[in-house]
Amino acid sequence: MRSILLTLLLAPPLAAQALSVPATVDTLANGLVVIVHEDHSAPIVTVNTWYHVGSGSEKTGRTGFAHLFEHLMFMGSEHAPYPQFDRLLEAAGANNNGSTTEDRTNYYESGPRSALALMLWLEADRMGWLLPTMDAEKVDAQRDIVKNERRQSYENQPYGKVADVMPPLLYPSGHPYSWPVIGSMADLSAASLDDVKDFFRTWYAPNNAAVVVAGDVTRAEVLELARTYFGAIPRGPAISYPTPSQPTLARDTLALLEDRVQLARLYYQFPTVRAWAADDAALQVAAQILTGSKTARLTKRLQYDDQSVTFVSARPDHKKLAGDFGIIAQAKPGVALPGIQRAIDEELQRLASEGPTAREMEQARNVIESRFLSRIQTVGGKADQLNGYFYEIGTPDGFDRDLSRLTAVTAADVRRVVARYLTGPRAIVSVVPEGKPELGAVRREVTP
Amino acid sequence: MTRLLLPAACLGLVGSLGAQVTTAPPLATAPALTLPAVDTARLPNGLTILTSRNDEVPLVSAQLLIEGGARTAATPPGLATFTAGMLDEGAGGRSALELAEAVDFLGASLGAGAGWDNITISVSGPKRTFGEAFALMADLVLRPTFASADVARERAARQAALLSAKDSPGQVASRVFARNIFPAGHPYHVDLNGDSASTAALDSAAVRTFWHRTADPRRAVLIVTGDVTPAEARQWATTQLGAWTAPAERTMIPPAATIAAAPTPATRVILVDKPGAAQSVIMIGAPGVDRESPDYPALEVMNTILGGSFSSRLNDILREQRGYSYGAGSGFSWRPVPGPFQASSQVRTNVTDSSLAVFFEQFRRIRDEPVDPVELERARNYLVLGALGDYETARQVAGAIGTSVVFGIPLSRTAEELVAMGKVTAADVQRVARRYLDPTRLTVVVVGDLATIRPGIEKLGLGPVEVQEY
Repeated sequence: MRSILLTLLLAPPLAAQALSVPATVDTLANGLVVIVHEDHSAPIVTVNTWYHVGSGSEKTGRTGFAHLFEHLMFMGSEHAPYPQFDRLLEAAGANNNGSTTEDRTNYYESGPRSALALMLWLEADRMGWLLPTMDAEKVDAQRDIVKNERRQSYENQPYGKVADVMPPLLYPSGHPYSWPVIGSMADLSAASLDDVKDFFRTWYAPNNAAVVVAGDVTRAEVLELARTYFGAIPRGPAISYPTPSQPTLARDTLALLEDRVQLARLYYQFPTVRAWAADDAALQVAAQILTGSKTARLTKRLQYDDQSVTFVSARPDHKKLAGDFGIIAQAKPGVALPGIQRAIDEELQRLASEGPTAREMEQARNVIESRFLSRIQTVGGKADQLNGYFYEIGTPDGFDRDLSRLTAVTAADVRRVVARYLTGPRAIVSVVPEGKPELGAVRREVTP
Repeated sequence: MTRLLLPAACLGLVGSLGAQVTTAPPLATAPALTLPAVDTARLPNGLTILTSRNDEVPLVSAQLLIEGGARTAATPPGLATFTAGMLDEGAGGRSALELAEAVDFLGASLGAGAGWDNITISVSGPKRTFGEAFALMADLVLRPTFASADVARERAARQAALLSAKDSPGQVASRVFARNIFPAGHPYHVDLNGDSASTAALDSAAVRTFWHRTADPRRAVLIVTGDVTPAEARQWATTQLGAWTAPAERTMIPPAATIAAAPTPATRVILVDKPGAAQSVIMIGAPGVDRESPDYPALEVMNTILGGSFSSRLNDILREQRGYSYGAGSGFSWRPVPGPFQASSQVRTNVTDSSLAVFFEQFRRIRDEPVDPVELERARNYLVLGALGDYETARQVAGAIGTSVVFGIPLSRTAEELVAMGKVTAADVQRVARRYLDPTRLTVVVVGDLATIRPGIEKLGLGPVEVQEY
């Protein structure tokens, strides 16, 4: 069966395709949402489960807990005690993993379709019966591993310390985006078995989760298995989700890190808007126009004309509670950051006053449309995106709606959002070689 | 076990079933592996065209593989990857920026890179504009500019990247590992991208000469996958690459068999200092094994048990049991000129010596004791059933075809090898471990805070300890 429905309309090239990844949505009595996408092109299946909790639901003093909890989900459950989870899946030819962001925690199992029942059973057992085998030793073991992860991914990596320094420059104290997802070493040390139990009972209930099954399966067989394995899990208490507001900055905030690095780096982060807010799509198009290709404004200016950087990249990060927009530039050897800063500010100002050209807009649209097609080539990629749309907009097949809002963005929209969000105060982090603080970026004395 | 099959519409209305399923469900019958069909054609100029159709998504991708990667006799080191990187910095009368704009405008992506054995030029994009995108790719092959100013810009960028690589302990460890495993004169002694001295020697003339001698249609294979028919692929190739002619003088590519195997000296330890490091990067290995070895299936199973999966011994002990690391693993780098066998992890500074001891214990254990039947079965299934997901996308199919081209092994061999992996015995695992994994002939590289870790490492008595700079 062809898993992608393309309807060709009378329109310019590329901007012609209605994109759909058909999926069914069923809700079990306990509130668990089961989403099925059939794709019979390869004999494989992915089970992708999202719990609607991330570091954004953490409290001060327990940062990093959502991610630590993700690790504990692999420590065995009542009927599949540790280390059965990984071993049973590997013996079935399947891979698995999980990840945590500010807004959600996901888990997947991916492998031959013959492992479907096993995947769903294992996922159900840890959703329903995680606590009977949980103990302080397991918490300690995974705490150590997470600390190693923190060392490997941040502390022992060049520029890794930015992950700790940037969030509190942009988000006010107490805002759940003011700390990194991985959390702090001190908070990881403080997490207790009671914290684990409370967190599980609050957030890991079927009514706070959605399971997407995509691949060489039928809806009927998935629903039968889902009911059999997940049906006995009781619904959890009503959940109150965090509701912090979108912060803004009154003036530039600034930090300078001297690190064992050869090349200086500039990090900018602007407060913007949450995911799916009115200006979210235009900010994504703006990112494409700023650094999405060699001819993009900042790339051309810094990498090809000035030749002052080794790379520059812009990334809109639109999260559930708030959004921000990051720009990173890495200086050539010996180049000071204020000059790079001036060039970036000039280009942003120019885009804010003149707006993009018609050709830039068309180029950006084509690249964005093409990227949508690339994202739906694997069942794993489709499953995760179906879960993402379901969480964000309440319907899994949000591909066309998402693409439509992006292609509807006009040059005037881009001009407006750059002027509104990317020319005002921002959080600035400079990372410079040790002993060279003079290379660091500066804050604007007067905000426009 | 309670099982109910209800019409889907009723599902939301039915209450909890109340019973938990307490035993793991049995696995269904495993599906069979179907390898993608490949159509072969050849143009009069010698260019081979391999097409495999997968029209699930209206995208096409083409990869032109040209023999002549970083292991050719051409100098300086890093020339192949640098030249490949220059191809899209100006071609067919378009500047780098004009080319990029044209590609973006088609919604396509175009790029080139080099590995040890090949230069690869790749283009992918929507079916409806693919003919135009393919024409841009042909510009890269036949009409690259290699302007001096562009070469100077990219050379400076590469120097900066080489400088930056010194900051990453993982990259430092990899480079020190390679230069110690493979002696001077071996193609793998120097990094794919060369070093700062070789980069300084790169200029427009060297790049142009290398490309003209390397871009030979007789040494090239065009792999086209996605929403495409063999006839369409032939048509694009004929129109755009039909006039491609062979060079008078060709880049010398020493046959893989003529590269002398790297020596395997007695186990030694090489340390690189990174004062204050929170972790130590450990890499342990030796020159690897020929991909054509009949022991290939058994080696893959052996490695899966040792360090090739999450449940493998190295990851299980170093991460799960001891909490020394975020992960540990091992693997063979299968290349026509054998790449290294390598086991690695990043471990907490104060357990560096204990971690090294674990590695060596596990190397000895897999040689000394037959593996457990459950462990063996798990590893075999992980490889054999896991391969069912290897041909899902056009990109994966292109990659599999490319690998078969590089090794000169037909794609159908994959199926035979998977059957062989499924039959590997505990005795086979022990035999290949004893033959190829000799703890007395390994090179150990550790990048970390030497003031803290050196005494403990010396006490292990693994072999002579030497400090190197990078």
